Amino acid sequence: MRRKISLFLLWFFVWIGLSWPPALVDAIYAVAVSLFVSYMTLDLMFDTSAENKISRCGKGKAIARPFWFLWYVMVFVWECFKANIDVAYRVLHPALPIRPGTIKVKVDLKSDIGLAFLANSLTLTPGRTTVDIDKPSGYLYVHCLSIRDGETRLPVVTKYEKILKKIFE
Amino acid sequence: MNTNWVFGFIVIVIIAAAILLLPLPSMMQWQSEFLERAFLCLLVSAGLCLWRVLRGPTAPDRAVAIDMLGILIVGFCAVLSIATGRDWYIDIGIAWALQSFIGIMALSKYLEGKEFDE
Amino acid sequence: MNETIGTALIVIGLIFDFFGCLGLIRFPDVYNRLQASAKCITLGTCGILLGLFLFKGLTATGVKALLCMVFILLTAPVSAHALARSAYRSGVKPWEGTVVDEYSNDMENIR
Repeated sequence: MRRKISLFLLWFFVWIGLSWPPALVDAIYAVAVSLFVSYMTLDLMFDTSAENKISRCGKGKAIARPFWFLWYVMVFVWECFKANIDVAYRVLHPALPIRPGTIKVKVDLKSDIGLAFLANSLTLTPGRTTVDIDKPSGYLYVHCLSIRDGETRLPVVTKYEKILKKIFE
Repeated sequence: MNTNWVFGFIVIVIIAAAILLLPLPSMMQWQSEFLERAFLCLLVSAGLCLWRVLRGPTAPDRAVAIDMLGILIVGFCAVLSIATGRDWYIDIGIAWALQSFIGIMALSKYLEGKEFDE
Repeated sequence: MNETIGTALIVIGLIFDFFGCLGLIRFPDVYNRLQASAKCITLGTCGILLGLFLFKGLTATGVKALLCMVFILLTAPVSAHALARSAYRSGVKPWEGTVVDEYSNDMENIR
């Protein structure tokens, strides 16, 4: 039930945003449309099998989760900015100082949504692209623009993972 | 070491100087000169993307370039929306981003050689 | 004040767009092109849209620009990931200067 309500609210606010400024007529349309769309997309948005549920936890931790998420967004924006400058430098440098390669990174996250967040934010940070996920053994294949010799563990992954563990597990 | 980069570097400098210094024709009756220069910069970027579409040796190269072109067009729509003061340009941007995403997903599934119903 | 910050954001976005397209031209193989261009252009366009939001404030255009930004931020990594994976699976060889390549060997084992 909580899932249905949160999905309904998500589509409701998307519709209100698309038909800004809000008015009563728009709200009525929004209720009708988002009821229909949330009914249609319920099994697409949530995987209802037992192993992928975000674990239930005590009240204090549940309140702390949004703040950890905000902290994650801040860390992510800072990393993104640094990596962007780095990639711009590599593009502009006349001799193209790149050492590309695809490496295997071990991750400890178990839940699907946590892995998806990690892979997407790694892909959005310039200089790294997640190519594939090997979920059963917990490996992430990451293509890097510039790697040092013998590097098998990216510091960014550790940094993201520590925060994501607090949010999703 | 290849020395091709000297040529490339000169081309980059010429393009940047052209964007910054070129006297603009006054065909576009827009609010400020800054927006016209922004439009010119985006046009040059789109031209580079089209060059990659033309020359890309493999099919994934072209797919990447087309994906980038789709995101650039959203930027075009945003700049046009400021410049002309019309609201519906950003609607075009949203629709373009959506359909470009769906097209790229279908294209990459096709390149991967999988069934479409996955 | 808002317009000044918006203009600065638009200029930053334009510069990153231009660098992304330059990377698309200059880098040697498809994976590096994906690296340089996908992210630079995504963040550059997000900068332009954020600048548009600051120009317009909470009007119809501004809110739509925010929604468009969120949409691009959600979808761009997915399409980059799909393109990289499909390029590997369709048999595009990495550039000769590649240092390590651990995916080509394991590719068949992962479904």
